[in-house]
Amino acid sequence: MTDWLDPLPWLIVLPLVWGTLAFVLGPGRGARLAIVALVLQMLLALQLAAQLVDAGARAYAVGGWGAPLGIDLYADGLAAVMLLLTQAVALPLAVYARGYFAATTKGRDLFWPITGLMLAALNALFVSADLFNIYVTLELLGLAAVGLVAIAGGTAPVTAALRYLLATLLGSGAYLLGVALIYGTYGSVSLEVLAPLITDEAPFAVTLAAALMLLGLMLKTALFPFHFWLPPAHGGAPAPVSALLSALVIKASFYLVVRLWLDLFEPLTTVDAAQLIGALGAAAIIWGSLLALTQTRLKMLVAYSTVAQIGYLFLLFPLATLTLPAAADSALQGGVMQALAHGLAKAAMFAAAGSMIVATGRDDINRLGGVGARLPLTLFTFGMAGVTLMGLPPSGGFSAKWLLLQAALESGQWWWVAVMVVGGLLTAAYVFKVLRRAFLPVAEGDSVTPVPRVLEFSAFALALASILLGVFGAPLMDLLAVGRGA
Amino acid sequence: MIADTWLPVAVVLSSLVPGLFIFFLAESRVRLRTTLNLVGAFAKLALIGVMLWGVLHDHEYVFTHTVLPGLDLVLKADALAMLFVTLSAVLWLFTTLYAIGYLEGAPNRSRFFGFFSLCVTATVGVAMAGNLFTFFLFYELLTLATYPLVVHRGTEKALRAGHIYLAYTLGGGALLLIGTVWLYGLAGQVDFAPGGTLSTLPPDTAGQLQIIFLLLIAGVGVKAALVPLHGWLPLAMVAPAPVSALLHAVAVVKAGAFGIVRIVYEVYGIEFAQSLSLLLPLAIVASITILWGSLRALFQDDLKRRLAYSTVSQVAYIVLGVTLFGPVGTIGGIVHLVHQGIMKITLFFCAGNYAETLGIHKVSEMDGVGRRMPWTTLAFTIGAFGMIGVPPLAGFISKWYLGLGALEAGMPWVLAVLAVSSLLNAAYFLPILHRAWFRPPPETWPHEHIPLRRGWETAPLLLLPPMATAAATLIVGLFAASAFSPLDWATLIAGREYLQWTP
Repeated sequence: MTDWLDPLPWLIVLPLVWGTLAFVLGPGRGARLAIVALVLQMLLALQLAAQLVDAGARAYAVGGWGAPLGIDLYADGLAAVMLLLTQAVALPLAVYARGYFAATTKGRDLFWPITGLMLAALNALFVSADLFNIYVTLELLGLAAVGLVAIAGGTAPVTAALRYLLATLLGSGAYLLGVALIYGTYGSVSLEVLAPLITDEAPFAVTLAAALMLLGLMLKTALFPFHFWLPPAHGGAPAPVSALLSALVIKASFYLVVRLWLDLFEPLTTVDAAQLIGALGAAAIIWGSLLALTQTRLKMLVAYSTVAQIGYLFLLFPLATLTLPAAADSALQGGVMQALAHGLAKAAMFAAAGSMIVATGRDDINRLGGVGARLPLTLFTFGMAGVTLMGLPPSGGFSAKWLLLQAALESGQWWWVAVMVVGGLLTAAYVFKVLRRAFLPVAEGDSVTPVPRVLEFSAFALALASILLGVFGAPLMDLLAVGRGA
Repeated sequence: MIADTWLPVAVVLSSLVPGLFIFFLAESRVRLRTTLNLVGAFAKLALIGVMLWGVLHDHEYVFTHTVLPGLDLVLKADALAMLFVTLSAVLWLFTTLYAIGYLEGAPNRSRFFGFFSLCVTATVGVAMAGNLFTFFLFYELLTLATYPLVVHRGTEKALRAGHIYLAYTLGGGALLLIGTVWLYGLAGQVDFAPGGTLSTLPPDTAGQLQIIFLLLIAGVGVKAALVPLHGWLPLAMVAPAPVSALLHAVAVVKAGAFGIVRIVYEVYGIEFAQSLSLLLPLAIVASITILWGSLRALFQDDLKRRLAYSTVSQVAYIVLGVTLFGPVGTIGGIVHLVHQGIMKITLFFCAGNYAETLGIHKVSEMDGVGRRMPWTTLAFTIGAFGMIGVPPLAGFISKWYLGLGALEAGMPWVLAVLAVSSLLNAAYFLPILHRAWFRPPPETWPHEHIPLRRGWETAPLLLLPPMATAAATLIVGLFAASAFSPLDWATLIAGREYLQWTP
């Protein structure tokens, strides 16, 4: 295979190119270009996944230089799965955004360039092979995300964006401090070089570094109690932006926590620390769901649902730390499956919520009457996404829950079972709160206008994908195993 | 052979695919929607016919798809599955015809028939599930597919009923999920197999198996409306009549009862369940449910509510039969699965006819209704007599076998339960019949919607389905001893569930 055909660098270069061009071409042609490029990116991600399944995990030296002089990229199964998720979410959302910004032009001009930059940062983050490179991509990603929150303008979005900016800078600051400590101790930032050096006899500075880095990343993932910045940012942004942020951006920092915890800092991990992280996850599930239940604004409900769903992701740590290999395996699979399922379903849910808001002209759960009759497909989409979030079969969310439950029972940690089951029921409560309202007839004085079909169908495609993930998810789990010890 | 793998899938798809198309149809496409509905229903029947022929000739129809490593979705056509699948498909056809007549001109029909088809898809999946996970999958799908049907009218009352329905069924689903995961952790994939598969587990797991049994039965017991988990059922009757008919006769309640049959016979195995002393407590719960349901039915003036409580009681007969240790009791329970479905659907069709034709919802309004609607009332009478257990109707066969089974199992007190319950059945059905046939009708019917036309007491599509199912009630009772009757099929199944039985 000739080097320039390698999909790895192209996954980073392509979004940079179309993002820049969109800036020059304007939103009309920029959007079309983005959609074509995203189809290409999807194919590249699939090609990369196929290569990894055939030949195993591999590195790529940028410009032929290679570490330590140049930059190395490294792709294993976990990275490939996340790349697939990113392109699979971004493509339908781009189609959605094109329709959405035809209806509401606020923030349209900047959406495409910043989204291109953001996707480039995301793709680069997943395949970065050293801690400093990860920092750079993380910072880029954070800034792009903040920019997207602010594009609509107005007081509330800008306030939310500033709060988000503060959180994300604090997070990456803590992370960078950790990187500095590690570099000071070992003189390297390469994951490959560091992995054999960090043992359970590592100096205290390294433990401190690990704690700082993980804390910073948890802040960026909005794990309870660091979730304060998320609802206003995700709930206030334009719908396609909320969808991208909830589905993908927080998954990036989660991905890094998994990477660091399971691989680099594995010798330093303890059961107590893992239980603590799990407890935060459990608190997020319960607290986020309860707050979602009390919201009166539709997008705030969906945003708090994200806070809750993030909690499930972090249950993987107590289940995978110092437990039997079988339990640890299914915990990792369950956590990653949850990331995939939530990514697809939450993107669908925000998109559907956006359509409902466009149709009714306001963001109010109590005045959703008539949506069921006028936008049945959108309501159905919302319901299907809800099924995934509740963890009912057949859906990706169910597969995730099944794997996590299995890990919990196999490792004898039944208390997480209770949390997951209660969380699922609370999720059902807030999802059906919306559905129930939407089934009512349209209220006097309210009107429901039809929305462009493309908004309905792109959201439906995402929801359908989240369901099908539960039926055809087995190959992804095989892909996930590529490059992981066993 | 390809057909052996894909036939079970085709049976599931034959209602799923038309259903999905119907969702996207405009409200006004009545003819196309009706065609899709009927093509689906007849295709399903034809496919099932082929499979029945095959199962009789020892063909194996199994479809397996790996969802996750160590987690397979299995659809299998065994004898028990075929019994339930056939029942669902036949009654679905009748209910679809009835619903087409019932909803003529009503709003949101595409949504209704879409979810209606999904509901049957889920039921057929429940029937053919080859392992506990597949069962759980379709069981939850059934919950989701029926919710929009229950709240279809969109009134405050319907929404409240839907809310309570969800609270009960999703809660039950959660218990079922915990039980299922736990059991998979202990025993690997839990396939349904005659005689059960758990008896090979080490003896020290007995305690866990008892707890899991409790979780599983509580999970499916919600849908089977076992007391005290029955609270949702009388409320859910706010749904349109075809939905109530389907809910009570084939879909939801029956899925719960069928789940109990599967868990006791094909997961634990009846002999193993007996050795873990799990059967007697379940028999007591079933007996309480039988008596409580009948007793509550006695005091309901709303006709559909009375029928709903009657369902609570009648479905528990199935559970009772399951717990009677011995093949005769098994036959009684399994055959009642079919008989109760046929009889109850007749009664709900008739209740719908009274409401649609004359605006009658209450028992106290039914004076002389037999003069105005003789055929509907005849069908209702056959259904009611069947429920009471008058020979030679279907219900008599069930009760006869249950009684014999109780003696065989050494539980003579069950006979007393059966006797009291039959008396109560008579006490809440006979006054209705008396009113309908012997009280003088009012001068005019104040809420008449459908006038007499050319000798038809109501719309033909409303009248013919209950006539057909009432005839079936008579036929399955009269010809119970012939080949291919439900009784014959139940006997075949019972013969396979007992590995070491010597009478």
